[in-house]
Amino acid sequence: MIRVIKLNKSFNGKAVLENISVIFETGKTNLIIGRSGSGKTVLLKSIVGLHEIDSGEVWYEDTLFNKLDFAGKKKIRSEMGMLFQGSALFDSLTVEQNVRFPLDMFTDSSLEEKIERVNFCLNRVDIINANNLFPSELSGGMKKRVAIARAIALNPKYLFCDEPNSGLDPITAILIDALIKELTEEYSMTTIVNTHDMNSVMEIGEKIIFISDGVKCWEGNKNDILNSDCGTLNDFVFANSLAKKLRTVSK
Amino acid sequence: MRVLKYRRMIKFLTQFGRYFLLLKKVFSKPEKPVLYYKQTLRELVYLGLNSIGIIAIISFFMGAVITLQTAYNTENPIYPKYLIGLGCRDSMILEFSSTIAALILAGKVGSNIASEIGTMRVTEQIDAMEIMGVNSASYLILPKMIATLLFNPILTLIAIIIGIFGGWIAGTLAGVITSENFIYGIQYAFIPYYIVYSLIKTVFFAFIITSVSAFQGYYVDGGSLEVGRASTKAVVYSSVLILLFNVILTQILLS
Repeated sequence: MIRVIKLNKSFNGKAVLENISVIFETGKTNLIIGRSGSGKTVLLKSIVGLHEIDSGEVWYEDTLFNKLDFAGKKKIRSEMGMLFQGSALFDSLTVEQNVRFPLDMFTDSSLEEKIERVNFCLNRVDIINANNLFPSELSGGMKKRVAIARAIALNPKYLFCDEPNSGLDPITAILIDALIKELTEEYSMTTIVNTHDMNSVMEIGEKIIFISDGVKCWEGNKNDILNSDCGTLNDFVFANSLAKKLRTVSK
Repeated sequence: MRVLKYRRMIKFLTQFGRYFLLLKKVFSKPEKPVLYYKQTLRELVYLGLNSIGIIAIISFFMGAVITLQTAYNTENPIYPKYLIGLGCRDSMILEFSSTIAALILAGKVGSNIASEIGTMRVTEQIDAMEIMGVNSASYLILPKMIATLLFNPILTLIAIIIGIFGGWIAGTLAGVITSENFIYGIQYAFIPYYIVYSLIKTVFFAFIITSVSAFQGYYVDGGSLEVGRASTKAVVYSSVLILLFNVILTQILLS
């Protein structure tokens, strides 16, 4: 479980996140949704410690993460996996070396054991016979899968996904969503997904928070989201004409 | 006007502080020394071995030009011909092999380091390392630093040898000096300390090139445009610092 309490973050005096409090539950796919520029990525990066927060608390179970020093954070970070918007695979390494990287860094396993683990993770995300390819030789969807394989290589307790569907076609996006949900349940992880994709929201949104202009406006799940009273959320959810028509019909 | 100066001063001091904080991170204890060793070997090839070609070509022609220019400026029969060889040797050892080679390497290696690390920053590869708990500054920069500190002195020695060879070839082919005179000249009044002086300078210059370029790349914020700017800044700042430290080190080591 990850608890965020009264988190504030600003850049050059401009407030980007204001007073955000939320609990992200274990074994569930927690979604942070909002328009582009609403502060989703800043919130996610603040939670994982890539941004220093101005005030507030970020708790990982019973550990106050944002007050830890580098060594303390390193311990918690060894339990984190993160999927970045652009996949963030290391260009100079092959697929196998990318997935093996955290194993090389943080385990004392033999090369055979590490390769076995790499192949297991790659198989788990349906990447086959691509061990020796470089990231530049992969499609967008494959890159995301390899990045997920790398993120789960060390059996993380926490999985963070920043816009996992950006740049993907709807079918591949659904497959990636399904994979994230399966892995979350399989490994009982606390997963936080940043997205503005309503398909993702309806597919995997077990717990959802909606952020608008750096403020948390709404919290619920995928069943509640269509019946919310929150105006800004409704503007976001029913932004396209098809959604608007469906809403009118359902009413 | 005063406010602007004050802001510039604050900005300069902030950057200065960040540079030393980055160095502190770079020199902290490595997570897995064996991985750093492998990275260092890789960097020795990328930053060291791959620079031999350009250093060899430039040194050869530099030695050739020094010889020809010295010859044309010492046509007076008062000057013994072997001075041409001596001039070529001392110019190559004292200045060209270390300083000019460093300026060339600032262009080649410095821009390479800044753009590689900068691209990793803007594509979130550095963030990915940090999330894993890897000290990205140390993992990415320390092997490059060790590689250049180890290999640049070798490049300097190569530059000295090839530069003098280039001088000999140009001098004898142009007929401005005989082979015997040139060889006598490069042996005449030889001071071995000059080589040590040159190598000491090279080590300082290697550190400047790697640390300044890595600093520019590591703190890039934005996209490809900013990576390009960081790369340019890396070359410009490294070059200026090399010239500045050249003066300081010459005063300290030769006075």
